[in-house]
Amino acid sequence: MSPMKSLIVAAMLGGVVLPTLGATQEFMEDTTARKQPLRVWGIQFEEFEYRYSDDDEEFGVWDADFFYGTDELKVRWLSKGEYAIEEQAYEGLENQVVGQIPVSTFFDAKAGVRFDTPEGPDRTYAVLGVTGLAPQWFEIDVSLYVSKDGDSSVELDAEYELLLTNHWILAATLDAATAFSEDREIGVGKGLVSTETGLRLSYDVIDRSFSPYIGVVHERKYGDTADLAEDEGGSAEDWFAVIGARLAF
Amino acid sequence: MKASLVAASVACLLPMLASAGEYNLTVDRVEIDTGEFVKEGIGYNGSSPGPVLRFKEGEEVVINVTNNLDEMTSIHWHGLILPFRQDGVPGISFPGIKAGETFTYKFPIVQTGTYWFHSHSGFQEPDGAFGAIVIEPQGREPFRYDREYVVQLTDKHPHSGDRIMRNLKMMPDYYNRQQQTAGEFFSDISEYGFMNTLRDRLAWGGMRMMKADVEDVQGFVGMINGKSPDQNWTGLFEPGERIRLRFINSSAMTYFDVRIPGLEMTVVQADGNNVQPVNVDEFRIGVAETYDVIVRPREAQAYTIFAESMGRSGYARATLAPEEGMQAPVPEMREPSRLTMADMGGMHGMDHSDMSGMDHSGMPGMDHSGMAGMDHSGMSGMDHSSMSGMNQAAMANMEQASMSAMDHSNMAGMDHSGMVMSGSGASDPFYAEGSGLTPVAANGGKFLSYADLKAQSPLYDEREPTREIELRLTGNMERYSWSINGVKYEDSDPIRLQYGERVRFKFVNETMMTHPMHLHGMWSILDVGAGQWNPVKHTISVQPGTTVYMETEVDAPGQWAFHCHLSYHAASGMFRKVVVEGGPESSPAVAGEDAEQGGGA
Repeated sequence: MSPMKSLIVAAMLGGVVLPTLGATQEFMEDTTARKQPLRVWGIQFEEFEYRYSDDDEEFGVWDADFFYGTDELKVRWLSKGEYAIEEQAYEGLENQVVGQIPVSTFFDAKAGVRFDTPEGPDRTYAVLGVTGLAPQWFEIDVSLYVSKDGDSSVELDAEYELLLTNHWILAATLDAATAFSEDREIGVGKGLVSTETGLRLSYDVIDRSFSPYIGVVHERKYGDTADLAEDEGGSAEDWFAVIGARLAF
Repeated sequence: MKASLVAASVACLLPMLASAGEYNLTVDRVEIDTGEFVKEGIGYNGSSPGPVLRFKEGEEVVINVTNNLDEMTSIHWHGLILPFRQDGVPGISFPGIKAGETFTYKFPIVQTGTYWFHSHSGFQEPDGAFGAIVIEPQGREPFRYDREYVVQLTDKHPHSGDRIMRNLKMMPDYYNRQQQTAGEFFSDISEYGFMNTLRDRLAWGGMRMMKADVEDVQGFVGMINGKSPDQNWTGLFEPGERIRLRFINSSAMTYFDVRIPGLEMTVVQADGNNVQPVNVDEFRIGVAETYDVIVRPREAQAYTIFAESMGRSGYARATLAPEEGMQAPVPEMREPSRLTMADMGGMHGMDHSDMSGMDHSGMPGMDHSGMAGMDHSGMSGMDHSSMSGMNQAAMANMEQASMSAMDHSNMAGMDHSGMVMSGSGASDPFYAEGSGLTPVAANGGKFLSYADLKAQSPLYDEREPTREIELRLTGNMERYSWSINGVKYEDSDPIRLQYGERVRFKFVNETMMTHPMHLHGMWSILDVGAGQWNPVKHTISVQPGTTVYMETEVDAPGQWAFHCHLSYHAASGMFRKVVVEGGPESSPAVAGEDAEQGGGA
């Protein structure tokens, strides 16, 4: 088709189409990935370690976080395990699947389900929590758990990282659990249940993806929970030497 | 109707009258060797950076781009004035170039100077997909030189762009290895006293902001023309010659402070447009900017081109020498910059209505409105008696500006300059007063400021802008999400401009990072207070805590991209589409299509 002819055809077409479409319809819509929410994923093992207790017990422990999603909605799988090496049994094994949405500049709300499947009775909880960065760089995670039987508890996890240098990092952690009702079957008494405090000195070997550490962890049970543990022949207080690595992919 | 047909036919014939050049580019997977690491990247015609494309003003260029990748690609001609369908932004100018396909760009060259080209798809540009453009003028240039070199800078990172983006989203400080440490806490105590240091840390910790947040992506190797500092790109000269160096910053994320110890540089061009010559010892080149400088080495010795990153986490180096193999000493990098409270000026949900009583007369093109609503309550009782070496004059100004709209009732004994500051005491109207980023020349001499840039000859008649559009540059470092007016690109509507208007853009940087803002297709006339001599640019750096104005003659119909040129800021939301409504048909090269859209007009 000659340019002249095509121009005439085009002009006629334009004359028919344009009045109905309006002036701005002519441009293409951006349907590229750039116009879509950025989807990201990540895997982090905050703890991946071997523990040796003051009672000569040995454990393999992890605290992992897998996530996928956008700024507006993320799905997280949070996994924690404590494997007693000699007994070949999980003393603790919990997996949570939560949806997470931002609720303020620095905090997200999350809701989901937690499955506890250690050696002994299993439990399923509904989870409601907030997680984020508090002033002065404290990473905070507070979760409310309600079991099918209506037993409820609250857990607080806090972490602070002190940069000795830009590669040597001293991380202090505090996990505390409080139960609003007792669940004797799994050894939980009413009131303050337990605390776990840790101090870990790590060195970033490969970027932030592989950071071996050594540290100490102190676990303590309180009140009825402590009594229940001692009745079972366990101890209410344990010290651990730990060696492991923080991982991120 | 008849007249327009004739005009269209003439337009179709015009390219044949002008000189026409055909260029071929292939987009290839390439290997990039930085000396420190070898990585796979993307390049043009088999290398990264790609070739230098040399065009002539008035030429009608035809560029065949063959995509040898297994993914979509595109080429954006950064800074070139052309029909919007030739601008190369997928989703805005065209659909993109599919794997295995060849796309032919066709446009007239209507300008002169130094520019560059790069992929606008995904993270191909940080992965190496860029090259330089040099456009020779038809007439004489207003300066003389005996030889010229392109000096194209980049920040080559061992990680791929996708991986960097993901790591930043996972941990915003993933690549920041300049954070404040326990050691720095103690050294600050000995310098500023315990209470000052503690208050400083608490003030920053309270905001959950890092003073060290200058460079998000560290761990790169600074490269010049594809050569690392060790590989040492060398440009030869005869003593006494004038050498034109065309600096292009093709980095993904990195600003460079450039100097050539022993040589004064005469800046003659910025972003492709001639400026009135200004002699400097050092200049800062923002991401995507270009500066042309002329140097005249008189001695038969080597000179080092030293470009250290703004955050001092890396550097690029090259050499000018009379013979291959000669080299000059490579300076040490200076101490990393630290942000100051002045750089935080824009934060805290400030209120821009509080601008009364501020006098901006001495500060062309900028104001400190960003500081109006700052809350200094946590800083009372501060004492800066131990702050020797600070520029008190600058501080005084800062207080006046920032506090004019504040409640002074609880300010007794307070002076927010008492924060532990690494501010240099230098002054530049395009940085917040007391900013930790204000540059200082290494030799104590002249450091180029935007305020020094004056157009060689005005490109447009000066006229009143038809309206002002405020663009607040916003973001959340902890979530690594960046936005304009608090809205990310994915949630945004286009900015609509009318053809023929002159829009005044007001950038208010409410973040603590520097953003090089790039408008495609139309010039950005930076307001430096020089009226018709305001420089004409394509990329404008907006420093933390500052407000910068630019004006744009809306003379290019179509739709265009407008974004922060830091790759990972643009990709995480600091991006807009601009739609220019009305106006004539845009391009003879795609006359058929255009006639279809505009046929009724």
